[in-house]
Amino acid sequence: MRKFREAIIEKTILLNGFACILFVVLIFVFLAKDGLTLFRTIAIQDFLFGQIWSPLAEPPQFGILPLFLGSLFVTVGATVISVPLGMACAIFIGEIAPRWMREVLKAGVELLAAIPSIVIGFIGMTMLGPVVKSLFHLPTGLTAVTGSIALAFMAIPTMVSIMEDAITSVPRTYKEGSLALGATHWQTIYRVIIPAASSGIVAAIMLGIGRVIGETMAVMMLTGNASVMPKTILAPVRTMTATIAAEMGETVRGSEHYFALFAIGLVLFGITFLINFLADMARHRKKK
Amino acid sequence: MKLKPQTKQKIAFALLGLAAVVVIIPVAVILIILIKRGLPAISWQFLTEMPRMGMRAGGIFPAIMGTLCLVAGAIGVALPLGVLTAIYLVEYAKKNWWTRMIEIAVVNLAGVPSVVYGLFGLGLFVIFFHFGSSIVAGALTLAIMELPVIITSSKEALMSVPRSFREASLALGVSKWETIRCVVLPNALPGILTGSILGVSRTAGETAPILFTVAAFYLPRLPQSIFDQCMALPYHLYVLSTQVPNVKPALQYGTALVLVGMVFSLNLVAIIVRAHIRSKKQW
Repeated sequence: MRKFREAIIEKTILLNGFACILFVVLIFVFLAKDGLTLFRTIAIQDFLFGQIWSPLAEPPQFGILPLFLGSLFVTVGATVISVPLGMACAIFIGEIAPRWMREVLKAGVELLAAIPSIVIGFIGMTMLGPVVKSLFHLPTGLTAVTGSIALAFMAIPTMVSIMEDAITSVPRTYKEGSLALGATHWQTIYRVIIPAASSGIVAAIMLGIGRVIGETMAVMMLTGNASVMPKTILAPVRTMTATIAAEMGETVRGSEHYFALFAIGLVLFGITFLINFLADMARHRKKK
Repeated sequence: MKLKPQTKQKIAFALLGLAAVVVIIPVAVILIILIKRGLPAISWQFLTEMPRMGMRAGGIFPAIMGTLCLVAGAIGVALPLGVLTAIYLVEYAKKNWWTRMIEIAVVNLAGVPSVVYGLFGLGLFVIFFHFGSSIVAGALTLAIMELPVIITSSKEALMSVPRSFREASLALGVSKWETIRCVVLPNALPGILTGSILGVSRTAGETAPILFTVAAFYLPRLPQSIFDQCMALPYHLYVLSTQVPNVKPALQYGTALVLVGMVFSLNLVAIIVRAHIRSKKQW
């Protein structure tokens, strides 16, 4: 009897473990079901490489290249800002800061992570937008750069916490060996500790980028929402995520436009899946 | 001129410290702005009244209640599911490719963009299950979204329970499940709770997943059942700041402050719980 009960419980728990796989599959299936329907009427190359996104025109055009470039501009901008800042912050927290300062900084980074994206978007609109506008003498402050700055600060907490883990898990003996040879603390950091932690750092950067690509609300409020081919990073752009969030409310269920938004979702899912998979590989390689 | 290594170190450390300060400044700036401009708007009426005049006056009570409903629903579903999955991964799973698949699935669930969760919720819960735009649909979408956070933190909590505890219990003839239930879980519980609270606080602030699954633009009454639409704080802030013209800034900042206040107090609880456990832990 007791054995029987144990077996039942074990099977239930086993089923639970599979639930996660089921959810990933379900997400894929439900995106693909509606997303792939688009390609019955629109050629896939017109969707991926079309330069005009104008779903309300007659005939409607569903080229996601401007949206993809919008996402790319914002992501590259945010990466350029967040990687050096995040790395410096992680090194400072992990290696240099005295104990009390480390606790304060860690709490600060955790709070930064806790601020909802909608609030970052709102404050960015009222504070950051006008600054960008007057700094670069632009007609509007809502541009790719504005989005990049805000997103950088949303990616930094993810990067810092994983990088700091990687830095502190470098064996103590490496550091001691280097110091004993007469290297300064700083030489030890950039010649020994950073190379030893490199795969964790790479994983952290990739997860941060994944977070930036998927970010929706702040980017929608800050980048100016212009679905045209972006020429500079000082122009308004629109990302793939923002397009879905902004247009889904206005579409008719089962229309081409509706399917096109699901197709964008599918593209996003594919990109983030790839990034996360590679990041996970990088992290696991470290453990061997 | 060649710098001495010691001088180089001083310059490098100063720059690193500067970077750390740059990262922390926005947190302080955002908090100060929110408190300075939002606090005057907050009153008992603001927190407990319905919005009036197309949201340009009145309170945010239905949005607060909506967010509480969604958070409670999401955690109610995600907590048991997440903890059991973590138990499977830590206690039962063998090192084979199935386990690796589950781990990869968890990692990828964590990386799916929030707006894609929204699309998924729309496709599965709203349309396929015919829940309509409702609290159930929204809460389930949010539950799947916070699942990876709960699994990851529960796993860590379970793994931090020493092996010897399990061995002692098993050696006394206690079965595996009972060892988990009576020995492992009670010791891991505080850690599990901390992680879950952090997961919940993230859900409370999410907007994109509820856009198409539950959020009502303007609904000045409380939801009647779980199949009803509701307002939610983050979406309300979005509407106030981009969709409705001529809203008093105080109203926007007030809403933002209430939202951030809610999220931060959840975080604070988690941090205090964690600190408390760390100080009490004896192994």
